[in-house]
Amino acid sequence: MKCDMCKEGEATVHLMQIVDGKIQKVDLCEACAKAKRVTDPTAYSIADMVLGMGTEAAASPSRPKAERRCPSCEMTLSDFRRAARLGCPQCYEAFAEALGPMLKGMHKGLQHVGKTPLSRKKEVLLEERLRLLRQQLQAAVKAENFEAAVRLRDQIKALEGQKDSKTPPTREDPGP
Amino acid sequence: MTAGGERPAPETEGIVVTSRVRLARNIEGFPFPGWSRKPERLRVLEKILPTVEALPEMKGGASHAMDALAALDKQVLVEKHLISREHAGKNVGSAVVINRSETLAVMLNEEDHLRMQAIRPGFCLEKVYALVNEADTRLEEALPFAFSSKLGYLTACPTNVGTGMRASAMLHLPALVLADHMSKIISAVNKLGLAVRGLYGEGTEALGNLFQISNQMTLGEREADILGRLKNVVSEIARHEINARATLLEKSPRMLYDHIGRAYGVLAHARVISSKEGMNLLSMIHLGVALGAFGRLAAEDVDRLFMETQPAHLQRGRGRSRLSAEERDALRADLIRSVVGRGEPPKLDIPPPTGESPKTT
Repeated sequence: MKCDMCKEGEATVHLMQIVDGKIQKVDLCEACAKAKRVTDPTAYSIADMVLGMGTEAAASPSRPKAERRCPSCEMTLSDFRRAARLGCPQCYEAFAEALGPMLKGMHKGLQHVGKTPLSRKKEVLLEERLRLLRQQLQAAVKAENFEAAVRLRDQIKALEGQKDSKTPPTREDPGP
Repeated sequence: MTAGGERPAPETEGIVVTSRVRLARNIEGFPFPGWSRKPERLRVLEKILPTVEALPEMKGGASHAMDALAALDKQVLVEKHLISREHAGKNVGSAVVINRSETLAVMLNEEDHLRMQAIRPGFCLEKVYALVNEADTRLEEALPFAFSSKLGYLTACPTNVGTGMRASAMLHLPALVLADHMSKIISAVNKLGLAVRGLYGEGTEALGNLFQISNQMTLGEREADILGRLKNVVSEIARHEINARATLLEKSPRMLYDHIGRAYGVLAHARVISSKEGMNLLSMIHLGVALGAFGRLAAEDVDRLFMETQPAHLQRGRGRSRLSAEERDALRADLIRSVVGRGEPPKLDIPPPTGESPKTT
């Protein structure tokens, strides 16, 4: 069997991956497998490579969404794993799932408690108050103190209203 | 010169060499430098550079585009700890702005859009934090920093997210090294969530018995708490160093004086000295000065030699032709000899042995 990439070497590395229910197969020679870093499972996505090569085996009609991509900077999760650096501030949201456990292992907590830019202070304070009120509400419901619960619920609603009316204009227009 | 301001505690003088705090910040809506193309990096630079240069702190300071700096000048900045080794490798699209007294430096488009640091001699973590924090507060009025109420300041590397703050102290710990206590201390410090590194940060050797202690965690803890924890640990290590010096003086004066005496002998007479040997021997001279063995040599003289004998500092001011390593080693030996060798030999009086010295606990 010849290698799918160079079409010359004898294929000794055989890969199979199921993406969106379709089986994709690639057969590679030793050299091409090394070049494509197949041996490093974290840095490799067979789907990317197969699509890049346009191999027959990967005749899937549409581009399968094998990997999550940051909508803002286009970085993929494997890009991040390779570089060990994120692509842009939005990546934190895009890769929140993968980052969660990582951050947990690295840091003291998962909630920032340090300095806040002045321009963001109001917003952060508001969220802080909302968090507190929601805690109190839960406690009130648990204690079947419904009078307090109703009062807390109304407070939360009012604050949430403030927050919603504030968020849109803070987003700066990036301009042309 | 009494009271007023934060004075380094006298007992840590000479042990805590410098205190440093750096903050990482990024501009919302732009990819981080490592994931940017050149035009994007240039646009970010255009946006930030004038604001940084306009800081009142930077009045009379210097601003360099990294592509306009010669390799030697970059290396001098690295040796002065004003830019990172990574930043020295940067070119078009990166810059550094440094204040006049060289206590505040802002790197632009290093790993993050902004890396600002304050550094000062002595044990003064709060003071350097105040300095860099003030600059940060001014900058955030003009620049939209990437910030999330949950994760704090968003940085290219998740290890910096949150406060974006890395605080560190450089310690000179010759007695702890001689007494072979460093590995124990390093593992204890690591358990407290602090890192111990060599002279030039990550992955570097502890030349000249110099160690950098810094915080690892940046999320879930307030700046003041991080600084407080670091300060406590650094004070504790400095106390251990003082104790180790006293113990060595008491239990193994011959070994201690032998190290200092040999360092003096080599430095006062050698004609060729490598950078590594120079730093390690100067460390012993520094210890000798602290113990009062040298009459005319001051700690500042040794500190200055330490800086002036590093490779880029030696090359500087020696014309355009690049010195070979051999020429540098010769120059280094001459320079050190002219300072260390000009005074009297150290007074290393070993107290008469008082029988078998009791074993330490």
